[in-house]
Amino acid sequence: MSTIQPIAGQDEQHPDVALVERVRAGDVGAYDTLVRKYERQIFRIAQHITQNREDAEDVMQDAFLKAYEKLDQFQGNSKFYTWLVRIAVNESLMRLRKRRTGKLVSMDEDVQTDEGSVPRDFADWAPNPEQNYTQAELAEILRKTIQGLPQGFRVVFVLRDVEGLSTEETAETLGLSVPAVKSRLLRARLQLRERLTRYFGRKTPAIAPAAAAPNGDGAEA
Amino acid sequence: MTCTEFLKILDDVLDESIAVETRTEIELHLRQCGHCEVVLNTTRKTIEIFQCNEVYELPTEVSERLHSTIMEKCKKVR
Repeated sequence: MSTIQPIAGQDEQHPDVALVERVRAGDVGAYDTLVRKYERQIFRIAQHITQNREDAEDVMQDAFLKAYEKLDQFQGNSKFYTWLVRIAVNESLMRLRKRRTGKLVSMDEDVQTDEGSVPRDFADWAPNPEQNYTQAELAEILRKTIQGLPQGFRVVFVLRDVEGLSTEETAETLGLSVPAVKSRLLRARLQLRERLTRYFGRKTPAIAPAAAAPNGDGAEA
Repeated sequence: MTCTEFLKILDDVLDESIAVETRTEIELHLRQCGHCEVVLNTTRKTIEIFQCNEVYELPTEVSERLHSTIMEKCKKVR
């Protein structure tokens, strides 16, 4: 699922650039290829920010249309994907603002918390703990876990760790400094780890093994 | 190296952007500190789980709707 792409050498043209040039020359079908390539990522980002399926669908559509209309402004000195992500993040924040009837929505929201910045739960995890859950159960756990993060942390984690943007690209996309991205990323990772430990951590036996041994009262039958 | 010092560079350890000379210090600390070893391994696993599993899947009907709308509007724009 990771969208990390091989970094093209300076002289090597990214395949998206050729597609963008075809679109500029009037080939609408080439734009459909770009949409198919990035629709899942853009939908995920919009869902993570808006936390609402209908809003995410609208944001995705608006972002792709806006990118199409503004394609002449795309300089080609950044990747098409990161340019598109920036549009989608802005559209998502605008959508949130609308839903909150004009209340300012920013990436600095709720980031003053210290929760989870110092690890407290040191229970180790079983190897591949996710295999103890069905795909649907796991998705639900991950959704609940990430939804509980402050927005300013959640978006940084999603762009950097899930969607494969570099620290610098994440900073540029969100209008944050590189140190701010790094600090939020660490806290997001630690908070998610702490929360997932509740599901995946090996439970310490409440009773010592000797005391828990069958004592012949028939309880084990 | 103390646990606090280790925690400060945890991101760099996870992103494998640690200077060679610091690596030995880290390895030594991890051999002595079970807590930091757990934090490192489980944080690494946290990232991996989020990368490998779809939290929000794009439903097929939403994708189809997107394509027909985009294509229709794009043809009008250009």
